[in-house]
Amino acid sequence: MSDFTSNFWSVFVTVVTLVSMVACLLLLWFTGKARAMPATDNTTGHVWDGDLREMNNPLPRWWAWLFVLTVIFGLVYLALYPGLGNYAGTLGWTSTGQQQAELDKGNAEVAPLYAKFTAMAPEAVAADPQAMAIGERLFMNNCAQCHGSDARGSKGIPNLTDTDWLHGGAPATIKETLTQGRLGNMPPMAAALGGADDVKNVAQYVLSLSGSPHDSLRAALGKPKFAVCAACHGADGKGNPTLGAPNLTDDIWLHGYGEAAILAMINNGKVNQMPAQADKLTEAQIHVLASYVWGFSNKGLAATK
Amino acid sequence: MLPERKVIPIRPEPMAATVAGEGARGVDGEMISLYASHEKIYPRSVSGLFSRWRWAMVVLTQLVFYGLPWLAWGQRQAVLFDLGARRFYIFRLVLYPQDFIYLTGLLVISALSLFLFTAVAGRLWCGYACPQTVYTEIFLWIEKQVEGDRSARMRRDERAWSLDWLWRKSAKHGLWLAAALWTGFTFVGYFTPVRELGRELMQASLSAWELFWTLFYGFATYGNAGFMREQVCKHMCPYARFQSAMFDRDTLIVTYDQGRGEPRGGRSRKAGLAALNLGACVDCSLCVQVCPTGIDIRRGLQYECIGCGACADVCDTVMDKMGYARGLVKYSTENAMSLRWTRAQTMGHVLRPRIVIYTMVLGAIGFAMLVSLSLRTPFKVDVVHDRGVTARIVGAGQIENVYRMQLMNATESVQQYKLSVNGLPGLVISSETLVSVAATQSRWVAVRLQLPPEAGVPGSHTIRFEIDSLDAAGHLSERSVFLVPQP
Repeated sequence: MSDFTSNFWSVFVTVVTLVSMVACLLLLWFTGKARAMPATDNTTGHVWDGDLREMNNPLPRWWAWLFVLTVIFGLVYLALYPGLGNYAGTLGWTSTGQQQAELDKGNAEVAPLYAKFTAMAPEAVAADPQAMAIGERLFMNNCAQCHGSDARGSKGIPNLTDTDWLHGGAPATIKETLTQGRLGNMPPMAAALGGADDVKNVAQYVLSLSGSPHDSLRAALGKPKFAVCAACHGADGKGNPTLGAPNLTDDIWLHGYGEAAILAMINNGKVNQMPAQADKLTEAQIHVLASYVWGFSNKGLAATK
Repeated sequence: MLPERKVIPIRPEPMAATVAGEGARGVDGEMISLYASHEKIYPRSVSGLFSRWRWAMVVLTQLVFYGLPWLAWGQRQAVLFDLGARRFYIFRLVLYPQDFIYLTGLLVISALSLFLFTAVAGRLWCGYACPQTVYTEIFLWIEKQVEGDRSARMRRDERAWSLDWLWRKSAKHGLWLAAALWTGFTFVGYFTPVRELGRELMQASLSAWELFWTLFYGFATYGNAGFMREQVCKHMCPYARFQSAMFDRDTLIVTYDQGRGEPRGGRSRKAGLAALNLGACVDCSLCVQVCPTGIDIRRGLQYECIGCGACADVCDTVMDKMGYARGLVKYSTENAMSLRWTRAQTMGHVLRPRIVIYTMVLGAIGFAMLVSLSLRTPFKVDVVHDRGVTARIVGAGQIENVYRMQLMNATESVQQYKLSVNGLPGLVISSETLVSVAATQSRWVAVRLQLPPEAGVPGSHTIRFEIDSLDAAGHLSERSVFLVPQP
């Protein structure tokens, strides 16, 4: 009840609630009687439309007791649960407490299941249909927002179903990626390469690495300049998983295909982040999820190992 | 011509004080409580035509209610509402929550039927088919077997405790509770397989919710049919009130023939009717004794009357004994009474515009529902464009969109579905086009669509997924959009 800066509203709510309940009882009492003529024609003397008379048809008395019962219920409720201003109720119930209790109960229920999976190797987990059903739900709730519901990603977001891994595709590495997140950093390299023409030459050389259509003259001119890039991407351009530097020799283009996209990357650089999941998911969930993701690109292996 | 005066078909008791001025009446009245302690009603048992009809309805409805859960359909219960799995089995149908429209249709048909029956012959539902009436009838029958008829019961309740009182009351409540619990058990049997439920009952291993609902429904039956009875109809039921509003002057209602019956009075059976200067009513008060709501039908139509016809049945037996014509209390209409119509004339007025309209609307909706059910595709599809990936470029510049497709199999065997797409030239499905879904299950699959490079204008394009069931004949078409990004 920290929403209230002073005690005034608490007192106000309490008084209004209790006065209303007493008013309900008084209303019941005062409206429980009417003027009628039980001795003659048993009407109340009210006439509408010339000839429509209100008859006295008393309700059973237990009906009135039901009203009283609701008031008693209300008072008991207000004593047990929060409702009267700042008063917390004798049961000490809170909505966050109930949610936590339900979460704990749910976690306790699935704990043995997760314990079973945690004890299994990721390859075996990936072959377990029950674990994979859980993995799918975890993926849909936590990963699909960026990687897509088919896990094939989009521009700037890696495809998880191929064998091309920026940081390595072993189950343990995937687990590390999930737990700690990843930060990919391509610095702007234009100044290091020289002028705009040099950048263009290097871009053509990068295209040539994967055998894509390119200007071979510019590519030849760009090749020596690529030495600057080789620090991360390697002399052969095959990248470096420990740094998260992508392989430039395949036809997978995370940040866009074509000269324009490559120029943009060299000129502007890019910081790309995979957020850490450690504080969102439990270790056991990450274990199942990592096995699930590993399974995308290791369909055949999962069953045999 | 003056417009006909509106007549409210609820006539209070013939009034003695109407001579007093309206203003004076308010002053004359005394203060009374609007609540009165409930007076127990002891309906006398009755036999006759309408009573036989009611018992026929009791047997019919309860045969269905108690029997249906035990019917098997293949490997499963024929009628089962599996709330946990959200599948509803009704004989050959497997319904999903998405089939809610059929429930709506059923409710519309029920409402229109109520309108129709009520406009034709008053509160037929209340008098013959309503569970409140049906279970009260059953409980009254049990009561009569154990405690005897009205007068015996009244005498017993007036006297002090005795051994006879104790064992009869215990036996009655025991039988009532047994019937009520069996009703609760049957009710739960519609939602959880009844045979399993029976096994669990034998092993005392009912789940908490099964036990709760068995007891709850059982308790409601026991309370409503044993104790609340007419109070439910008089003070709680909303249908009772709106049915009264469906009456008109040609509606058949249980009516006392005032012209023939009055002046009422006791007489010897041998006395000739003509010589007595009395009407046909012998004032035996049997019509009041049999009334389950405790009213006197001779006061005219009252809101308490549930139209059960018990008073008509018992009056006919009295008329037979007296050698008078039957039908002093009978189903008749306001118009027939005031205009002294013959039976043929009364029946001739059954067919009036509102009846024709109700029948036609009812028929149309019933027909539409049957057609819809028979043409129903045994599966459902829902397509959602992926929320994370709007569009992406893959391989050599193809544009790819991702969709989440839910396939719902409404049959009880594994089904194969073939997916195709149209709406854009060159658009193809690049993921699996054959999807198999387990019996009565639904499955989400990711579907990828590919458009050749530069084939589409940037923007949103309407496309259609076509889904064919390979095993059970059926075809569905589902609209979606394909997004082509700006270059």
